[in-house]
Amino acid sequence: MKLSFKILAISTLALLMSCGEKDTKKEEKISIGTTQPKKEEVKKEVAKASETIDLTNKGIGPITSVTLDAEINSAMALKGEEVFKAKCTACHKIGKKFIGPAPNKILERRTPEWVMNMILNPEEMTQKDPLAKQLLIEFNGSPMANQGLTEEEARSILEYFRTLE
Amino acid sequence: MKKIIHLITAFAFLGMLISCGNNSQNIKKKQGALGSNAAEKVYVAPGEYDEYYAFISGGFSGQLSVYGLPSGRLFKVIPVFSQDAEKAWGYNEETKPMLNTSHGFVPWDDAHHPDISQTNGVVDGRWVFINGNNTPRIAKIDLTTFETTEIIEIPNSAGNHSSSFVTENTEYVVAGTRFSVPIPQRDMPIKEYKGNFKGSLSFISVDPEDGGMDLKFQIMMPGFDYDLAHPGRGASHGWFFFSTYNTEEASTLMEVNASQNDKDFIAAVNWKKAEEYIKAGKGKMMPAKYAHNVYNEKTHTATSTMKDEVLMLDASELPGLVYLLPTPKSPHGCDVDPSGEYIVGNGKLSANLTIHSFTKMLAAIEAKKFDGEAYGIPILKFEDVLAGVVDQAGLGPLHTEFDGKGNAYTTFFISSEVVKWKLGTWEVVDRQPCYYSVGHLMIPGGNSREPFGDYVLAMNKITKDRYLPTGPEVTQSAQLYDISGDKMELLLDFPTIGEPHYAAGIRADIVMKNSKKIYKLEENEHPFAVKTEADTKVVRDGNVVHVYMTMIRSHFAPDNIEGIKVGDKVYFHVTNLEQDYDVPHGISMIGANTSELLIMPGQTETFLWEPKQVGVWPFYCTDFCSALHQEMQGYVRVSPASSTLPLSWSLGED
Repeated sequence: MKLSFKILAISTLALLMSCGEKDTKKEEKISIGTTQPKKEEVKKEVAKASETIDLTNKGIGPITSVTLDAEINSAMALKGEEVFKAKCTACHKIGKKFIGPAPNKILERRTPEWVMNMILNPEEMTQKDPLAKQLLIEFNGSPMANQGLTEEEARSILEYFRTLE
Repeated sequence: MKKIIHLITAFAFLGMLISCGNNSQNIKKKQGALGSNAAEKVYVAPGEYDEYYAFISGGFSGQLSVYGLPSGRLFKVIPVFSQDAEKAWGYNEETKPMLNTSHGFVPWDDAHHPDISQTNGVVDGRWVFINGNNTPRIAKIDLTTFETTEIIEIPNSAGNHSSSFVTENTEYVVAGTRFSVPIPQRDMPIKEYKGNFKGSLSFISVDPEDGGMDLKFQIMMPGFDYDLAHPGRGASHGWFFFSTYNTEEASTLMEVNASQNDKDFIAAVNWKKAEEYIKAGKGKMMPAKYAHNVYNEKTHTATSTMKDEVLMLDASELPGLVYLLPTPKSPHGCDVDPSGEYIVGNGKLSANLTIHSFTKMLAAIEAKKFDGEAYGIPILKFEDVLAGVVDQAGLGPLHTEFDGKGNAYTTFFISSEVVKWKLGTWEVVDRQPCYYSVGHLMIPGGNSREPFGDYVLAMNKITKDRYLPTGPEVTQSAQLYDISGDKMELLLDFPTIGEPHYAAGIRADIVMKNSKKIYKLEENEHPFAVKTEADTKVVRDGNVVHVYMTMIRSHFAPDNIEGIKVGDKVYFHVTNLEQDYDVPHGISMIGANTSELLIMPGQTETFLWEPKQVGVWPFYCTDFCSALHQEMQGYVRVSPASSTLPLSWSLGED
C-alpha cells in the first residue's frame, strides 16, 4: 500500500513537471481533503515564476551577451538608479512586491541578459519566453511596460540592481 | 526532412513579416490593368496600408478627417475648430486657448479647404492648413502628431472662404474674404454697401523651420465676394489668383442681385510686388484685433495672444499689385494647372469653362491693354487673356484638378458629374456621373506641380438613396474614381463626416515615416507635469486644489485622495508615464462638467472638477489599456465646505 502510494506520488510529480500550470490546478482540485504532506509536496514543485531560479536562459531580445566585471561600476549604478526612479518606480519598488516584482537579488535568479531583454523587449518576452509568460500570469496579466530605454540605460539599471541587498 | 525545411521556410517568412511591421513595404501596390474589378482595386488586405492619405474637410463639423485611399477607411478625425469630447479638444485646460478669438471662446467653425504644405512646388507632407469659414481663422495641423498646433484669426474678413491655399514653398498661406464688410468695422447702413464695404486678402507667412504663422500683410480690395483661390507655380510663382462674384456689390437678395453681370473677375495678385511695396514703406499699419493661438508640444499647452494691428496694402492705390481678368459667370473654383500657365475659371452659373493664359496676361499687362478699371484696379480684356474655352461641358462647373498628364477633371454641380478634358485642345474626353450633386474633387498632390494622377475623389453634397436611410439627416459622401486609364472608372462610395467641402491628398510614404509614436517624458515641460510617482502630490491654495497625478498600466498615483471640500476648484493635472507606442490612458471624474481626458504617452493634460456634493466619488480610466483596465480607478473623498480634514493622498497603502 505504502509502496503504491509512493509510485503514485512520483508519477504525479513527473506529470506535474512535464505539464503546465493547468494540470497542476486540476491536481490541486483532486487533492482537496487529502493529507497535508502531499499538498506541501505539490506546492513545492510548482514554485512561483518569480521565485524560480534559471541562470542559463538569456531570454529573447537584442541582448545576447553581457559581461559583468567583478567590481560594481558605481558611476554606472548611480546612473541606473536615476533611470530606474524615473521610468520604473510606477510599478517596481525596492524591497517589496508592488505592481511587478522587487528587483532585489534578481541576478541570483536570472541571467543579466534575461533581465536586460525583459526591460528592452517586454512584449516579445511575455509572449514567448516561458518564464516571462509565467510571470505575466503570476502578476495577474499586468504587462511589463516598454519604457523605451536605450541598451545603455538598461545596462546601467542592471548595474544598479547589483547594488541592491 | 521536408517537414523541417517547410518549418524553416515558414519561420523565415514569419520573421520577414514581423520585421516589416511598420514600414512602407506594407503599402498596397497598384494592381494595374489586371485588377479587373472595382472591389479588387480598393481592397486593402488586413494589415496592409493604403497608398494615399486623404485629408477631407469636415465642413460644418469643424474638423478634418483622415482617410486612406483607395480603401476609403477612416483613420482619425482631427479636432480643429470644434470642441471634441472624445479627445478633450477645447475641453481640457491646455487646448481651450486654441479656440479663443477676438469674439471670445468660439467652440465651432465651418471647416472648408485643407491644403498640404509644399517645397519647390510639390507636397512635402509637413503640415495641413485649413480655414474656418465662419469666424475667420486658419489652422495648421502638424503631420508628425496629426494634431492642430496653431490657429490664427483673420481680421477684416468675413466668411473666410477663398482660403487656405499655400504658395510653392509655403512662403504664405493665403486667405480671402468671401463677404465684404466695412473695413475697419463700423456702425453704418447696410444699404450703403456699394463703394463702402471692402474685401481683404490675407497673406500669412509660415516659418520654414517651425511652421510658425504670422499675418504678414493684407491687401484691401473692392467690395466683391472672394470665393476661391490658387497659387501660381513655375513661371507664375509669385502670383495668386482669386475668383470673385457679386461684382455688382449687392447686399440683399443675392441669388438674383449678385448674378446680374455676365462676367465677374479672377483677381490676379502679384504678391512679390506686394513684398516690394512693403519694403518701400507703402504699407500702412491699421488697428485690427485678432487672436493668435499656438500649441507648444513641449509644455503640451496652448497660449492665446491678442494682436492689435495689421499691415495693409490698398490695391486701389498701388499700381501693378492687382489685375482683374473678366471671367463668366460667378466663378467658383479658380485653379492653376501644374505648369502654372493655365488659370481655369469655373463659372458656376455658366455652361462653359474659361481658361486664362498666364503668358497672355503678362503680355496684356506689358502692352497696357486695359478694358477699364474697378476702383483703380485695371481690368484686362477678356479676349486678350483667354487661352481657351471648354464649350458646353456640363452645367454648373465648380472645381478643376489635374493629373499631371495633360488632363483636367472638372466637377459640374448641376449636371452632377466629373468631366475629363484635355489642356490645350479643350476637348472633353470622358464623363462620369456623381451620386449626387458633386462639389469639389481631389487628385492627391493636385494643387502642385506634380499631382499623383491615379485617383480622383469627388465629394458629394447629396446622397439620398445611396445608403441605408438614417432618418431625415443622411450621410454625405465621397466617390473614388480610377483615372489611371483613358476612361474614368467609379470604384467606391464611402460616407464622410460633416460636409466634405474639399480635400488634399498625398502619398502615404511621404507622411508616415515622420509620424510620432510617443512624447518623450524627458521633454515634457508642462508646468504641472510629474514624471515619477514619488513626485505626485495634492496642493491646496485657498479653494483651488492642484492634483499632480500620474497614470501607467494600470493605476493612477495617487488613487485615494481625501480632504477635498464642496466648493473647491480641483484641477487634475495628469501625466501619462508610459513610453510605449499606442498606450494612451483616459481619465474621467463622476459629475465633472467637462469631458474625459485622453492622454498620450509622455503627455500631461488637465481637467477641472468642481465637486458640489459631499461623498466619496470615483474616477477611472476611459481608454481600455490592459487586462487590468477595469481595475484602473480611484476615489476622492469630498467633505463639507466647513470640514477641517487635511489633504491626504495615497496609492497602495492600508
